[in-house]
Formats: sequence, structure tokens, C-alpha cells
Amino acid sequence: MALDTVAIAQRNPDAVQPFAELGLKPDEYARIKEILGRRPTSSELAMYSVMWSEHCSYKSSKVHLKQFGDKAVKTDALLVGIGENAGVVDVGQGYAVTFKIESHNHPSFIEPYQGAATGVGGIVRDILTMGARPIAVMDPLRFGPADAADTRRVLPGIIAGVGGYGNCLGLPNIGGEVVFDETYIGNPLVNALCVGVMKHSDIKLAKAAGAGNLVVLYGAKTGGDGIGGVSVLASETFDSTGPAKRPAVQVGDPFVEKVLIECSLEIFAEDLVVGIQDLGGAGLSCATSELASGGSGGMKVELDRVPLRDATLSPEEILMSESQERMCAIVEPKHIDRFLEICKKWDVTVTVIGEVTDGERLEITWHGDLIVDVPPRTVAHDGPVYNRPLAKPEYVDRVNAEKVIVPRPSTAGEIKSTVLKLAATPNLADKSWVTSQYDRYVQGNTIQSQPDDSGMVRIDEKTHLGVAIATDANANWSYLNPYEGAKLALAEAARNIATAGAIPLAVTNCLNFGSPEDPGVMWQFAESVRGLADGCLEMGLPVTGGNVSFYNQTGAIAILPTPVIGVLGVIDDVRTRTPMSFDRAGLELYLLGETADDIAGSEWAYMHGQRGGCAPVADLQREMRLIELLVAGRTSQIFTAAHDLSQGGLSASLTEMVLRHNVGADITIANIEVALISESPGRVIVAIDPAKLEQLLALAKKQDIDIVKIGTTGGDNLVINGAVIPLNELRTAHTETFPKLFG
Amino acid sequence: MKIGVVTFPGTLDDRDAARAATHAGTMAISLWHNDADLKGVDAVILPGGFSYGDYLRCGAISRFAPVMEKIIDAANGGMPLLGICNGFQVLCEAHLLPGALTRNHELHFLCRDQKLEITNNQTAWTSSYSVGQEIVIPLKNGEGSFQCDDAILAALEGEGRIIARYVGKNPNGSRNKIAGITNARGNVVGLMPHPEHAIDTLTGPTADGLGFFTSVLKALVK
Repeated sequence: MALDTVAIAQRNPDAVQPFAELGLKPDEYARIKEILGRRPTSSELAMYSVMWSEHCSYKSSKVHLKQFGDKAVKTDALLVGIGENAGVVDVGQGYAVTFKIESHNHPSFIEPYQGAATGVGGIVRDILTMGARPIAVMDPLRFGPADAADTRRVLPGIIAGVGGYGNCLGLPNIGGEVVFDETYIGNPLVNALCVGVMKHSDIKLAKAAGAGNLVVLYGAKTGGDGIGGVSVLASETFDSTGPAKRPAVQVGDPFVEKVLIECSLEIFAEDLVVGIQDLGGAGLSCATSELASGGSGGMKVELDRVPLRDATLSPEEILMSESQERMCAIVEPKHIDRFLEICKKWDVTVTVIGEVTDGERLEITWHGDLIVDVPPRTVAHDGPVYNRPLAKPEYVDRVNAEKVIVPRPSTAGEIKSTVLKLAATPNLADKSWVTSQYDRYVQGNTIQSQPDDSGMVRIDEKTHLGVAIATDANANWSYLNPYEGAKLALAEAARNIATAGAIPLAVTNCLNFGSPEDPGVMWQFAESVRGLADGCLEMGLPVTGGNVSFYNQTGAIAILPTPVIGVLGVIDDVRTRTPMSFDRAGLELYLLGETADDIAGSEWAYMHGQRGGCAPVADLQREMRLIELLVAGRTSQIFTAAHDLSQGGLSASLTEMVLRHNVGADITIANIEVALISESPGRVIVAIDPAKLEQLLALAKKQDIDIVKIGTTGGDNLVINGAVIPLNELRTAHTETFPKLFG
Repeated sequence: MKIGVVTFPGTLDDRDAARAATHAGTMAISLWHNDADLKGVDAVILPGGFSYGDYLRCGAISRFAPVMEKIIDAANGGMPLLGICNGFQVLCEAHLLPGALTRNHELHFLCRDQKLEITNNQTAWTSSYSVGQEIVIPLKNGEGSFQCDDAILAALEGEGRIIARYVGKNPNGSRNKIAGITNARGNVVGLMPHPEHAIDTLTGPTADGLGFFTSVLKALVK
């Protein structure tokens, strides 16, 4: 193909261009022509098409996501908010923490290992780009039915990819989720979270300020992999007729990224960059246009200087390539020698590809010919915005009116079999087959990891300051009521931080949905965002950033609405955290919170093919009082253990507690046919030394939280209302599911 | 006492090893793979990770790093040298220890709290333990299965050069459940599990790993 230049575009305004094949709508193409006052060159068309894709431009979600800003709480804790690569939160003692979740769903279905691996790689670079040292990762994952043939293809590959990349970067994997549901069979969800830490003064932003400053590309060479990768893949649904999309999946090399991290941190430590941006979705198109529009706007780039893995790549392909492990920095000329020296030390390929100008246009040349001449803001930020039609789907009222009919355990035999079935069901079974493929020890600061309620890492070895993170989604509830579902997921994630005694500080999210072109899906999305924004406002937690993944849909089958909510908390002394379980006999167990007949959307209902009923209504005031209670109890060291109740209710939580240190419990509880399986939100089991009872009761009274004694610890059995479940039998049920399914 | 901790590109557990060495009362000194001298250290640790991305074979490229030339000379002269995980792989590639580490028999990366039995406390790195003592420290690797020919195995067994064995189920298919070995002189030790991740119960499953680092301190003071 002959080179298309700005001059040719002016001379030949009517050339037919493949805008539709690149995913642009006719009106979007017309808008580009209007911006430029001419037809775009093929390189400009390539840039606009990837940057205006759903994945990069958030064109369908923007109008809703605005609420996170409009309803934001005023907080001093937020140092950098939405819009940058990741939000930054003040955690005290001069430390700042940055965290974010992103999806890599579509690539992971096509090529599970590389899709998941590069998902980890991408989010880690986002965190690094803020100036932070990445300190941990988490990965909420969702798959089709555990026994489906395709799950046996997808799951092992994704797990190996998450581990293969994260382990090689030296990042502890401190938690996540593994959930199965039929709706994910053609659209597994791979969400990856990374958290990083820095000093306040080290925060870096994506901006190219200062005429004469140099644009420096460093890291891996650019190849033909992932051309239009996420941006194209994640912006349409899968169907069976299209061409194979495998070449659109990026291929990662974690070793290159590890070296890139250490090299970048050394560069940051010497304060050698003015601005920095990683190359992720939309590659150089994104990095150059975002850096330029973050500054004064002017930038010149000589694209032919970009080091290539494949010398035959065209300028359009170079602009669209999503080759991994690349960074773009803005460097003052006086610092460039030192910058190059550090890259040399780490054997990192580095090239000056351009400079910041005092103009307002991003100009890109190819061997001297001008091939791109655009106002960078129009590429990076002024993409189309859609207020897509939305309508409450007809299923909602229908399923809400359904009565949930499930077996209710009441006899000793029924109680035992219910507990064993819940312990063994894939959604609740022991996940060590998965988590044992992840390194949780590297860096030596991991305080909690799976199967604890939250992941916790120490960030200062002298003061023992730490952070805790939990991610949660309950798609069953979101299906029944997306507004409440989002609030409930927020409450659960915050509670999972608080059981250890950490104080929730900030929220990130990864919103996974079907096609935004379906008004019903769009309604689910809008309701979820509204619920999350209202919830965050009520709980006083800022949203620091997030990610939207649409088009998780195969044919007419959309995934369940799956807003994954991540909450970050701080703990002043990790040594004083409340553990998830007890390791000795003679403790008393109390249930905090109110239990109602909340079977709709429960795991027990799902196991019996029941998808109907009404989701619980979140009581966030009560959730906040419970969190206060848990934090106060940790501070005064009342609890020996505290564990959240969520999927699987009391049965699942007791199972996890007794198996953790192989210490049994004797439980007596009223209304067992509800109490054992209900998933009422806002509940926690605590274990205390009997001598602490007065303190506990006083705390519960002060916070107005229901409290009831449910039993004592000890023995080799879990005994519930006289039903005796030997720990060995319970352990076998809980642990054999995954090895049996996945070898 | 100064203990050098080597960082190759792709090394991950260097800061952990330095922390453990410091915790045991020694001074940790960073050594860079391109360094031509050992900065006067009294002992060296090759930490875990994926040096050079495990390209070609684990440890195959690191073995040729400039710093290794000096380390090999010093070890042949009796300097205590500990290779943990990837470091053990480097020691085998450098022929300071016999055998090789191959892919785990179940073909997965495996991270677990592993019980070991100490079987030789006469080395520079194991004197703080008693023979037969059981310890629990993290095991985390994809290629940790120790393999060698029958003659070498017989020699290792006969000369008491196996310093630790896995207890219970063999986690990775290592011959004779070998977790770690030493050279004839007892100054060079290779160990697949990670003692540096078990120096306190806050961040590790136990504090059982600290003994490796206090052992070398004793050896150096002697």
C-alpha cells in the first residue's frame, strides 16, 4: 500500500476509506472530516478508530460515569482522581497508594494464557506509570459452568497466564475470585487489579509539557501482535461467523516488563521525567495523543524511529500495535543522557522519537513525510459520546415476582448434607488448586492472601503501616436488581476489609456487561453505576477510577451484570489485624448482624436452578456501623477472629473458619432452615475470648448491631444443632472439587 | 559479617534475601550481575526469581554473568554460597553442584507451605538446625524437580550431601524427595524452597527459615 500523507489527503479528498471495517460509524467518520477540514490520512484514520473505540473512549458509558464525579464526597485522601492512569490515595506517613482494576475479557477467551498474562501486564504498567512501585496483584475471574468442556480449555490457561506473568514480575497475588455461571461460557471475565505504593512527592502524570522536551519510547520493540487488540476485540460481541481474531491478541514477555519496572523506578527515583504514559490499548496512538493533550498540545514524532520487531510494519500498523512492555516518557534535554544510561544499565531499548513543541498539533512524520496532523485532544478526549437508549428489561419484574423454592434443612441429616454440598460446590469450594499457582510470598510483605477476606500487604517495615484490598461482585443480586446489587457489592468489599480491622478509604471498579446497543443491558449498566455512585456517596468513599467492559455477549446471551467493586483500606499496624479464623478451643462465637430469609440470588438457590425473587436492600448506614465496630474491636484487640458472611451464608463461613486451622466448633442456632443458607448482607462471625464479652456487647450496643451467641470453638467436628460433621469429611468435600474438575 | 545478595535482571527475591540476612544479624550488600568484584563480602546468596527470564534454561544465562566468575572462584576457595530456587538452578548450571532442576511433575507452578526434614547440619548454611528437625517454609517454583543420574544420586546419598528432603507427598517429583544439596566441602548449598520467606510469622508461615542465615553467621565467626 502506498504511503498516504496529509498532502495526498488534501489533493485527493474523495478517496474511499475503510472506516467501517475499522469500527467507525458513518457519522463518526464525518465528524473526523469536520475536525480536520479534510479526509483523514490512513494513519489518522487508524488513530481515531482505535481511540474512539468503545474500549478506549468510553463513548457509551461516559454519560453515566459522570456521576462518580458529580456525587463525589469531598475528601483530602484523594491525591489524584479519575482520568489519570490510576487514582492515588493518601494512606498517611507520607505514603500514597494507587490501585485499579482492568478487564482483559475478550482476549482471554480467544487465547486464555496470553490474554490473561497481558491483562496483568497492562494493569501493572498503569500503576507503574503513576510513579509507584507495584506491590501486589489480585484477579477476580469468572467462567462458564465448572464442568463444561470449554471451561476446561479456558480456566487452566487463564490461571497459568495470571500466574506465569505475575509470578515472573515478582508481585504477590493476594486474592481475587473464581466464580462459575452459564452466562460466562462464551465470555469469561478476567479482571486484574494491581496496587502500588509511592511517596507523595513521587506521583507522575501523563503530560507532555515544555517545548523542546524529548519524547522517549523505551521497553520492548514494536511488533505486529495485538494490532487493534483490546480496542477492537473489546468493542464488539463475538459471533461464530467472523474471521479468527487470534492475531489481535497481544503476546507478553514478563521478563521484559520486570526489567522495565526496575528501570523505570530507577529513572523516577532520580526525577528524570516530566510526564509518562504506558503503551496499552491503542498503543502509540493513545500514548502520544494523551501525553500531548495532557500538556499544551504540541508534539512532533518521527514514527520511522520506532524500533521494530518486524521491519515490514506500515505506519498505520505501528500506530495501532498493542505490543506489550513499552513506555513513553517526556524528558528534559538536560536529563536525557542519564535517562539513556539507566536504560543501558538494564539493557532496555530506548529511542528518542520526537519532541514537545509550542504548537497545538500532534504531527507525526514517516521518513520526512507528514502523515498525521491533528489536534491531539480530538483523538484522546473528544471522541463521540452516546446517550444510548435504555429500558428496564421485561425479565426483571417477572423474576422478582417468582417465589424461590429450595429444600430447607431442618433435621440433623439435612443440615449435614447441606453443609457438605455447599462446601463442595465449585463457587464455594477450596480454591487452592488455583491460588497455589500464584506466588503469594514474594516481596516479603504479604500479611493476608487467599482465602482470607481481603488481601493485606505491609508498606512500611518500621511503622508496620499496611493496606488491605478486597474485590467483590454478586452478579446474581445484580441480575435481580442492578441498583442494589452494586451497593451490596460495595458493602461486601468494604466489610471484607473491615473484618481484618482496616479502615475503607477508596473504591475502584470494573464494570462487566453485555452489549450497550441492547437497551436492557444499558439499563442494567446505568442502574449499577447509579447504585455504586449513591453507595459511595453514602459511605463517604471516593471512586478513584475504574474500567468498563461492554460487549461481553455471545449472540443474544449477555453475561449477568457483573460490577466488580474493589475497596482499598488502610491499617496503621498490620501486626494488630484480626485474623479470619481461630486456632484454639474455648473461644465463643458470635454472629453480628440481622438474618432475614434472603434466599433469592443465594448460592443455595443457584444450586437448585432458582434465579428469581428479590435481592436484599442494602442498608449502608448499618454496614458503616458494623465497620466501625470491627475497626474498634481490632484497635482494642477484642477479637481472636472475624469472618464475613456472604455467598453460602453461615454454612460456608463456618466451613472456612473451622478448616483454616483444623479446630472445630459447636454451633446452636435458631430458625436453622433460614439461618444456615440465608445470605443476608451485613453479617460477620467473630470469635472472642469469653473474658472480652462485656467489651463486645458494649461495642455492639454502641453501634446498634444485633448480636447473638452461636457457639464455642473446639473439637474435631463442626456440630450444628446436633448434626455432627467430622472435619476430615468436611475438608474432603471442600478440597476435592477443583482437583477432580481440573486435574 | 557481610553477605552479598546478587541481582540479575529478572531476580525477584533479592530484597527478601537481604532482609533475612539483616534479620539474622549480618550486613547485606547488593551485588549487580555486571559487577566485576564482590565488594569484600564474606558470603554470597543467589536469590530466587526468573533471571534472564529463564530464557534457554533456568540459570543457563546467569551462570555466565561477570559476577559469577568471581563467585565461582570464591566458592572454590571455600566462601559460603547459598542458591535459593533460581539460585540453586544457577549453581547447577555453573557446575558448583551436580544435577539439574526440571519441570514439576504436575506441570504447574506450585506455591505452598512445605514441610522439610533437615538431613545434614554440617554445612555452612544448616548448622543452626538439628538432623531430623522438621521445618515448614514456602516452596514456590515451576521447575523444582531435582534430577540426576544414579551414580550421582548414590554419591549424594553416600556422602550425606542431601541437606533437606520434602516430608509427605513429593511436591514436584524430585529424586529421593531432595529439596537441597551441598558440595563435598559443605560451603555451597542449593535449596529449592525459600527460607527467606519464613523469617517471622507475620509474613511467613513460620520463622523456621531464619536458621539458614544464622548458620552462616556462625560459620563466618568461627
